[in-house]
Amino acid sequence: MHESRPRAVRLRSIAGMAGATPQHGLDTESADWVDRLCARGRDHDSAVRDLHALLVRAARREVGRRAAGTKVAGRELDDLATQAADDATYAVLAKVDLFRGESRFTTWAYRFVVLEVSHKVGRHFWGQPRAELTQEDWNRMPGVVGVSPDVVTEARELAGAVRRAVEDDLTDHQRRVFEDVVLRGIPLDALAVRHDTTRNALYKTMFEARRRIRARLVANGYLGDEPGREVRARD
Amino acid sequence: MTDWSALDAFLATDPADVGCDEAMRVLHVYVESAASGEDVAARYPGVASHLRQCGPCGDDFEGLLALVTDPPADGVRTRLRKKLRGRR
Repeated sequence: MHESRPRAVRLRSIAGMAGATPQHGLDTESADWVDRLCARGRDHDSAVRDLHALLVRAARREVGRRAAGTKVAGRELDDLATQAADDATYAVLAKVDLFRGESRFTTWAYRFVVLEVSHKVGRHFWGQPRAELTQEDWNRMPGVVGVSPDVVTEARELAGAVRRAVEDDLTDHQRRVFEDVVLRGIPLDALAVRHDTTRNALYKTMFEARRRIRARLVANGYLGDEPGREVRARD
Repeated sequence: MTDWSALDAFLATDPADVGCDEAMRVLHVYVESAASGEDVAARYPGVASHLRQCGPCGDDFEGLLALVTDPPADGVRTRLRKKLRGRR
């Protein structure tokens, strides 16, 4: 993205984006934002400063909300919020002429902040996951998917059934993604960096993996045909 | 809920699930509908399904909803409101 560029240079670039055609039929506040951002000269520069300030505040709030779930802390968190706000400001300015008023302007702009923060926090995966999985990793799997570890025997049976389905019914790529996400706990966004792909592509891989595993468990009598149907105990 | 039904919920896939890209494309519209009390699951079933199953996208939804329902304190909105009031 733009992290390596000096902020002053970046803001001059932002100021150069003025002159787009404003959209009408918006609520008053949204129309004012769009008009000011699409203006030229001082009005535009002032609007960009206001937008950036708004998005910095939003990014700090969002980073703070996610702070408990990340090992990023202190000054680094604030830097992350600033970078997210900078990138979100760019994105808003680049697309402001596409804003159609489906929501308030600020909601639309906040979306860019949330996605930038999510992207940046998600990529901060600290710690090196172990290459080789052990039986203990599989034994922990039921807890990962929300199964109480108190019923040890049942949890182990469940883990064994899923493991067989993973090994027998998934492609190598599906198996690797499933193991990374479920057993190693790697966030999708961090995994997307490692695989040079997108969250959406990995989600689709996981979607198909879950579907195949479930089909195997249905075929073997562990689960009912329809999700949520009472499950049958296997002997 | 039995242990197996917890696993069942994790493995369940909904063909209506729109995926991450589409859910994020309309997130601002979906969030405003949710914030206004609309039945978003009925209006956008594919997005609602996705947000239930995809942890990262669900978290993005929560974040945007929080910003919309409790916007960060700022001077811009205050100045803008004063400016707009002055035009009337």
